[in-house]
Amino acid sequence: MVQYQRTRLDNSFAALSDATRRGVLEQLGRSDASITDLAEKFHMTLTGMKKHVGVLEEAGLVTTEKVGRVRICKLGPRQLEEERAWLERYRQLWDSRFAELDKVVEELKRKEKIDGHKRE
Amino acid sequence: MDTRESEATPMKNRTTVERKSERELVVTRTFDAPARIVFEAWTKPELFKQWWVPKSMGMFLRSCEMDVRAGGRYRLVFGHDASNTDEFFGTYVEVTPPSRLVWTNDEGGDDGPVTTVTFEEKAGKTLLVLHELYPSKEALDAAGTGAADATVETFAQLDELLVTLGASGS
Repeated sequence: MVQYQRTRLDNSFAALSDATRRGVLEQLGRSDASITDLAEKFHMTLTGMKKHVGVLEEAGLVTTEKVGRVRICKLGPRQLEEERAWLERYRQLWDSRFAELDKVVEELKRKEKIDGHKRE
Repeated sequence: MDTRESEATPMKNRTTVERKSERELVVTRTFDAPARIVFEAWTKPELFKQWWVPKSMGMFLRSCEMDVRAGGRYRLVFGHDASNTDEFFGTYVEVTPPSRLVWTNDEGGDDGPVTTVTFEEKAGKTLLVLHELYPSKEALDAAGTGAADATVETFAQLDELLVTLGASGS
């Protein structure tokens, strides 16, 4: 597991050490794009862009899918993990809020019981 | 969807969070009390203050004003000192004791969600459902779950890490 994470981190660093590849990720954060689109946007040959996308794909930062004759690039599973991690942090916030709310609710129930007995 | 149970106390009920659609987040939780009691804890400021800001949040609630009626406003001010505060405010759209609360979140301008909380009582217990509806997918993405946002955050973290590594390597 540790080894796997280290390899993946190495790949990420390698992938992100290049300004064009960082640009590609920012671009794909806005919308999916074909390799041809990306090559044009970054003033590159198709072969050059294919190499960059390959490196990003290796690092799990981008996935590609062939649609007809066009290869479409989108953000990869690493980004999905980020979303899951965010949801889990959000869940933990609510969970700790609700743990406190449980205490308030228990106290209200206890008071109501005492008041109820007084009235009887 | 990952909805793991918290194991802090065995009798604690489960909190779930789910992204229901591109514009919606839903939080659910059951409470061992009738709806009127849970509703009271959401609508009386002196009670609300006791649970809305758990210690783990690392935030300090300076003030909490709540005018809980349709059209009434609320304002929460956070911060350890007066010069550095965070404010959250909006308007109650609907207040129906003990089953339904709706409010707007206006601190973020037009991108804030509308929050609907329903309290559904069954056999003395209350199922609470908190639903946040954002005006657009982009608004919800910007709130923190978005891929683009996560990318920027990842870059920022990597930048920090690279600086650290660079410093230690030289």
